[in-house]
Amino acid sequence: MKQFFIFVKKEFFHIWRDRRTLLILFGMPIMQVMIFGFALTNEVKNSKIGILDLSKDEATAKLSERISASQYFDLVENLKSSSDIDASFRKGDTKMVIIFPEHFRESLLHSNSVQVQLIADASDPNTATTLINYASAIINDYQDELMGETKLPYTITTQTRMLYNPQQKGAYNFVPGVMAMILMLVCTMMTSIAIVKEKETGTMEVLLVSPLKPIMVILAKAVPYLLLSIVNIISILLLSVYVLDVPIAGSLALLMFTSILFIITSLSLGLLISSFTASQQTAMLISLMGLFMPTLLFSGFMFPIENMPIPMQVISNLVPAKWYYYIVKSVMIKGLGIEAIWREVLILTGMTVFLLTVSIKKYNVRLA
Amino acid sequence: MASVKVSNIIKTYPAEKKSVVKALNNISFQVDKGELFGVIGPDGAGKTSLFRIMTTLLIADSGIATVEGFDTVKDYKQIRKQIGYMPGKFSLYQDLSVEENLEFFATIFNTSIKENYDLIKDIYVQIEPFKTRRAGKLSGGMKQKLALCCALIHRPTVLFLDEPTTGVDAVSRKEFWEMLKQLKTQGITILVSTPYMDEASLCDRVVLLQNGSMLSIDTPQKITQQFNKQLIAVKTDNMYALLQSLRECNEVENIYPFGEYHHVVLKNNNTKSEVQQYVAAHGFKDVELNPASANIEDCFIELMRNQ
Repeated sequence: MKQFFIFVKKEFFHIWRDRRTLLILFGMPIMQVMIFGFALTNEVKNSKIGILDLSKDEATAKLSERISASQYFDLVENLKSSSDIDASFRKGDTKMVIIFPEHFRESLLHSNSVQVQLIADASDPNTATTLINYASAIINDYQDELMGETKLPYTITTQTRMLYNPQQKGAYNFVPGVMAMILMLVCTMMTSIAIVKEKETGTMEVLLVSPLKPIMVILAKAVPYLLLSIVNIISILLLSVYVLDVPIAGSLALLMFTSILFIITSLSLGLLISSFTASQQTAMLISLMGLFMPTLLFSGFMFPIENMPIPMQVISNLVPAKWYYYIVKSVMIKGLGIEAIWREVLILTGMTVFLLTVSIKKYNVRLA
Repeated sequence: MASVKVSNIIKTYPAEKKSVVKALNNISFQVDKGELFGVIGPDGAGKTSLFRIMTTLLIADSGIATVEGFDTVKDYKQIRKQIGYMPGKFSLYQDLSVEENLEFFATIFNTSIKENYDLIKDIYVQIEPFKTRRAGKLSGGMKQKLALCCALIHRPTVLFLDEPTTGVDAVSRKEFWEMLKQLKTQGITILVSTPYMDEASLCDRVVLLQNGSMLSIDTPQKITQQFNKQLIAVKTDNMYALLQSLRECNEVENIYPFGEYHHVVLKNNNTKSEVQQYVAAHGFKDVELNPASANIEDCFIELMRNQ
């Protein structure tokens, strides 16, 4: 036991004395949360639009005013003719142009029908769709108002409710994603590097020629990163609750328990990588390319897995982060209990046991 | 009684195009308890491979090695409990202080600095003033002393030192060998490898290795005694031309630079005067020509030539 503690102590010295690594370890989670929280957002806000108003009457003025007053749009240009539309898009800032035809109000009042044209820059299809939807909604609102008391014989009105995330904040989606990413990165990359470093500097040679048991070396390497990762989870959760206003809907204990499970999965993966790599660079590259990318792609955090081709969906099942991402979303955002996630917890446990067994088996008691 | 026993060890490494490099070719020797045993050979002779096999880090292709009666393959756990090993690269934690390194190695071997302090005291006092300094900031000689302390702290019965003096200055090297002599009095068997031939004479017995094969194994005195040719040391104003010129001389069997002299091995005994005439005839000035006694390096070169 004394051997174990001195080994853990030594690992902490390594981490503590390497200031740059320390900065990455603790700075990265905070940076990521901040970047995803404030800079990288896929919410549509203040999109620049232009309006080509060919009738310039009371109705179009009112509509234009409402559209530009909304937080989604920012009216930057009043176009003079249809030839300006193309030029406006080509400048690149304009995301949408709204065109009111001539005699808008008259047509509306007398022939009871008029068309508004919405032209959107679909080079980013998601933004374009969102903008069109917002604009249509504002126009529909205006139409309802115009009808006033007039009762139509049949009307279907939709009533929508956005569950779990009523304000449709991006943070609800990325906080679980960032947690999965950080833990994967810190645990897997750092542990694999920590072990391979001993091989590279030759200290492994001395450790091997000592009565230390392999399991002791492996555990002692993993424990410091387990503790650091718990600190990281706590800091991410604090940031998300107090800075990004993403509350923890479910049980905090369950969230911590599943997070620790995922940390252990990642640690085992790091140990496995270290057992078949010989240099720190290789270990880092494998961790980055082999884990960071799949975590980003296949966890469902950036791209919905349901939309992927079947083979990709199958591959995504092998990515531990996918299961953890699902668990965090369920517990933290939806507030579900263990009955909703036991299957995912079981899968992660299975993966951990498998990875840990293989890495202990593969731990070389000799050189080469 | 034998402390380390190596018999018929062969070790190969895979090389390009499915060929293999023979690192060790049929090595056999025995090291007695309490002996200071030297493994002497140039770089690439197979010293490190041999040490790694004896310290259970590598498995030989064939042959048996035992340490204190334990087999290096089967009973590796037993061996690891009682040997001390200092690899060629000083394997210390550069970011830990001198004291922390020592404490770490003491603890993983289930002991404490206090318990075996008497064993390392003579060495440790020299680095104690720097005990709070990080190991990475120590000089080469001090790193070596610290590494030796770390290898000794658990009072091993056999100590394996792989090229401990490589890259260390002459004074530190001398001090280091003094320390080894001290340790020998404690009854610890010491195996030390070195590429420096002059260090061979400091060992009780040595094995000379070249390209994975044993050239000779004996006490340094006996090895030098076996040198049965006449050897002279020559020095003139133009050493390079002398080397070139004497290679052509009929009386000379071999000539090689040796410090500030060239060592000349004569084909036949008592032909020193012929060589002297030859040198004078070729117009060299300030000629100094003395009979020399062979040391390990001369023997090594001679053995290599005869191989």
